[in-house]
Amino acid sequence: MKSARTMLGLMLLAATLAAAPARAGDTPEPAPPAPPCDVPAYLLASESSLPKVTDAVKANQPLNVLVVGSRSSTIPGNEASAYPATLQAALKEAFPAATIDLSVELQAKSTAEETAGALVKLVEAKKPTLVIWQTGTVDAMRAVDPDDFRTAINEGVVALRGAGADVVLVNLQYSPRTETMISAPPYLDNIKVVAQQHDVPLFDRFAIMKQWSDAGYFDLFSTAHGVDLAKKVHACLGRALAKFVIDAAHLGSVQQN
Amino acid sequence: MSSIADPIAGSPVADAKAEAKVAAAAPAITLPATGERELRLDLFRGLALWLIFIDHLPTNLLTWLTIRNYGFSDATEIFIFISGYTAAFVYGRAMLEGGFVIATARILRRVWQIYVAHVFLFTIFLAEISYVATSFENPLYSEEMGIMDFLKQPDVTIVQALLLRFRPVNMDVLPLYIVLMLFLPLILWLMKWKPDVTLGLSVLLYALTWQFDLYLSAYPNGFWAFNPFAWQLLFVFGAWCALGGARRMSRILSSNITMWICIAYLVAAFFVTLTWYVPQLGHIMPKVIEQWMYPINKTDLDVLRFAHFLALAALTVRFLPRDWPGLKSRWLRPLILCGQHSLEIFCLGVFLAFAGHFVLAEVSGGAALHALISVCGILIMWGMAWIISWYKHSADKGASKKGATGNADLAGGGA
Repeated sequence: MKSARTMLGLMLLAATLAAAPARAGDTPEPAPPAPPCDVPAYLLASESSLPKVTDAVKANQPLNVLVVGSRSSTIPGNEASAYPATLQAALKEAFPAATIDLSVELQAKSTAEETAGALVKLVEAKKPTLVIWQTGTVDAMRAVDPDDFRTAINEGVVALRGAGADVVLVNLQYSPRTETMISAPPYLDNIKVVAQQHDVPLFDRFAIMKQWSDAGYFDLFSTAHGVDLAKKVHACLGRALAKFVIDAAHLGSVQQN
Repeated sequence: MSSIADPIAGSPVADAKAEAKVAAAAPAITLPATGERELRLDLFRGLALWLIFIDHLPTNLLTWLTIRNYGFSDATEIFIFISGYTAAFVYGRAMLEGGFVIATARILRRVWQIYVAHVFLFTIFLAEISYVATSFENPLYSEEMGIMDFLKQPDVTIVQALLLRFRPVNMDVLPLYIVLMLFLPLILWLMKWKPDVTLGLSVLLYALTWQFDLYLSAYPNGFWAFNPFAWQLLFVFGAWCALGGARRMSRILSSNITMWICIAYLVAAFFVTLTWYVPQLGHIMPKVIEQWMYPINKTDLDVLRFAHFLALAALTVRFLPRDWPGLKSRWLRPLILCGQHSLEIFCLGVFLAFAGHFVLAEVSGGAALHALISVCGILIMWGMAWIISWYKHSADKGASKKGATGNADLAGGGA
């Protein structure tokens, strides 16, 4: 009952957030023209929280974000347009007073298990407040046993939490062209399970991109060779992810001040 | 579910002989008397084929008609169960009539047919994927395109595909089916001896699979998406039902308690599924139940899925009598026709799903085009089923009047 009510509140909050900063963001950012990429509120709402992020922002300490991901966390040759960069820009815009440090650690071609092993060292080196862990694609492509995949994420999340960082999980991209070749569902399910077990906010990149594709915002089937589509999608992803983080950290009110 | 008749296999004389032998030789199992073909099996197998086809296409309007959106189990369960049922029925008869060796020989011929069908589909898949690899260089998906890497080693890949170890997405059902059919002689032989013990062994293997995490590995890495050690349970259960189990269960099936348990379970499953599609409802679900229940494992045929299938089957048998006149109506004819030629229609469905993906990729269309492709695919499947049955009844009849039994496998058998 109680959680249902907080949920409703969160959804309303997310809805207002979704409406407000997207409009505001249009003007100061010249680089990629913002396409309409609204995300339904429920896809950006999370029951889980990010206490370390909340504390850092409220105490005016620097917010240190580390994105750990595979190749889909970047656009080859256009790193500055990839979603980590747009996330940083959106966070800066939301908290103009705060220092937002963001670094990206790409583990191309690493499964969740391989990445999980490297996480502790990364966290010790960079001491992030928040780790955004994008995973699943490589595992799905290699058809890793979903149980092993789940165990690996589980261990990774425990290690990150143990090292004192907040965690956000990011799942696979929606890739209609390769749907007949890569089986995403088992990996989507298992990330969700770990997120539920550990109360980790899960940024459902797959559902969000699918929503954009269904709504006709982007033609993800497109064979276009150019980098344009990738830039636009990443711009939208970065902004959505920023909203998601702000919402999960309950910083909506701070932001409005 | 009491009887299914192989439409071609039995001339009246042979049937009489068979029955005499059944009575004399094998009291342990009973084959139902030859009567009319059990149209319910064809109907639901046809339905399963349509649903599998729709599920293989990208999500569209018609996807909302598929049962996986309303509960835990999906069309695969129906397909494997009915395949076990019909295979046991046809080859069980062969085993009683002709003995172990004859039945095994016929089963192996059937396995060969399915294998050839699988290789055929793989060829089409290779063509599709090679096309995608050469035409698609979207930087957004540079990572996902890595899946094409196996094209760099066609020699290894093709050999692994022939060994059933390299199986692209959506091509998992036939390899599972081949393995299950390979073990059918053993299953039938055990069933002839003691059906209940056979079913018990099957349950034991299923339990051991879960306990010790048995699986078959795949190439280049990973595992079989449908674990045969687990899915055999449905197949053996189908066989057990065909060989008299269904009749012995009829008291349980017709009891009201069973009915209400089934209804309660299906409704509960429906609400759980609802929370997947309407995530706003997700917060009603108690966390404890979520943690206990998820993930619902399709690879190893989760108990929740199996139970869901059982509940569906029990209600179907109860509310859809085998002499329901609707089964003969024109409207269900397309489904029944497809169900009667399931191997061919299954392969066609996989091919059409590939083709559908191709069209959707080339022509950017909205929801309407998606739905149109699904409908066209189903119409093509129906048309093909009609042509195949025309061949069987008209074109082939003149050619060989006496050799009809040779075709029995194709008609009534497996897939």
